[in-house]
Amino acid sequence: MAIISTAGLARTFRTRHGPVQAVRGIDLTVREGEILGFLGPNGAGKTTTLRMLTTLLPPTGGAATVAGCDLAKDPAGVRRACGYVAQSGGVDPQITVREELVTQGRLYRLPKAVAAERAGELARELDLTGLLDRRCGALSGGQRRRLDIAMALTHRPKVLFLDEPTTGLDPGSRAGLWELVRGLRDRYGTTVFLTTHYLDEADALADRLVIVDRGVVAAEGTPAALKLAYGGSADATLQDTFLAITGRGPAPADAAPVAV
Amino acid sequence: MLLHDTALVYGRYLRQSLRSRFALLFGVLMPLLYLLFFGPLLTGLPLGGRGSSWQVLVPGLLLQLGLFGASFAGFMIILEKGQGVVERMRVTPVSRLALLLGRVLREATVFVFQAVLLVLAAVAMGLRAPLPGVLIGFGFVALLTVSLASLSYALAMKVATPQGFGPVVNALTLPAMLLSGLMLPMTLGPRWLDVLSHLMPLRYLVDAVRDAYVGRYATAHMLYGSLVAVGLTVLSVTVGTRVFRTAGA
Repeated sequence: MAIISTAGLARTFRTRHGPVQAVRGIDLTVREGEILGFLGPNGAGKTTTLRMLTTLLPPTGGAATVAGCDLAKDPAGVRRACGYVAQSGGVDPQITVREELVTQGRLYRLPKAVAAERAGELARELDLTGLLDRRCGALSGGQRRRLDIAMALTHRPKVLFLDEPTTGLDPGSRAGLWELVRGLRDRYGTTVFLTTHYLDEADALADRLVIVDRGVVAAEGTPAALKLAYGGSADATLQDTFLAITGRGPAPADAAPVAV
Repeated sequence: MLLHDTALVYGRYLRQSLRSRFALLFGVLMPLLYLLFFGPLLTGLPLGGRGSSWQVLVPGLLLQLGLFGASFAGFMIILEKGQGVVERMRVTPVSRLALLLGRVLREATVFVFQAVLLVLAAVAMGLRAPLPGVLIGFGFVALLTVSLASLSYALAMKVATPQGFGPVVNALTLPAMLLSGLMLPMTLGPRWLDVLSHLMPLRYLVDAVRDAYVGRYATAHMLYGSLVAVGLTVLSVTVGTRVFRTAGA
């Protein structure tokens, strides 16, 4: 069953230099309980799409439903159903972890006592218990990321949107985060929609990939199916597959090869 | 829900102000310096109004406090946009209007608190004014800060960088101060300047608070001042609400 479906979802920004079509028309469906990897070169429209699906940015064209709620007609319903972790996260460095978690619960209209309880629960689940009274600014990168995700899970959302969740994390923290995402899906059936530039991450974590380029979907399928169709064989790397799909030449030999 | 959300947002930002007590006191520094080093210059001058020179100067300094403080309130939200705090709150079901009102009410609280400190210092310097008049003055400070903070937040939601925000606010606040007669009554100046200053909404507020400080509550100045203050507040909160409802950038 589709928990997210979009038809011709588009966003044009008006700028001083004329209109810029960031997203030209995205058609995609995400099944309930799926981990979807949303890939594409810089500027392909990934973040814009995510911001539209989370009601932060009104689309200029097309339509979408998230968890049964129409994006245009029932944005409040969409907000209740989804959690969102932006690239930059979203906590105040001066505030303690506990206060941020409790405030977030209250923003989701939990009563005070329930919000405090929920903060403790999330801290246990995301291994933040010992850090509750620390200021958010004093956390390490990996701890910060876990906090950002805890904030987005406050209301047990059906759909979790993660925008480049592992950028800047060390390998241990990245592996931990992958475990966390898989755990969410396995335990709660949470649908996870994540963008990434790390193709190994997409390969390891995502059930299915949607590759966007220049504001439209360029290809979609399981990692294995995409490798076979575009990379030439099931043994092709996702890197070569990705480059074949987006039609961008290989990076110079000295460029970091894994992050595109 | 609006009340619940507004109280929640207000609490968050009031705690933020309480955490930086230094900034809380620092805000009164500029008007306090005027009070200490500019105020004594006026005591012997004919200012044309009733009462002492302190009853002319202090109302101006109170509104100056509100003008400069609240106009720059938007800086906070530019920082918060960078931290992702604004978007994180906007994906929750929280009322959009509460995101504005909670912040704006925090500003009003902070500036009325600072206004009280300033008046206490002024009393020590020699101000004598009727209590109802002083309280009316705080009411005007509150309305002015709510208006200007709403506009400031609205502008800050629209611009991307502090560099795009600071110069605009500077370019607006300085003429607002000079043309409203905050420091000295405009009636002292030439006719053209007096006429020009009536185009500046703040002028009416200053005149009203000056009347209040000499115990005259049923005057044309008070009527116009109240109408302009309330009108400005309604207009500004409406503008702020529209921006907060639709802001997507």
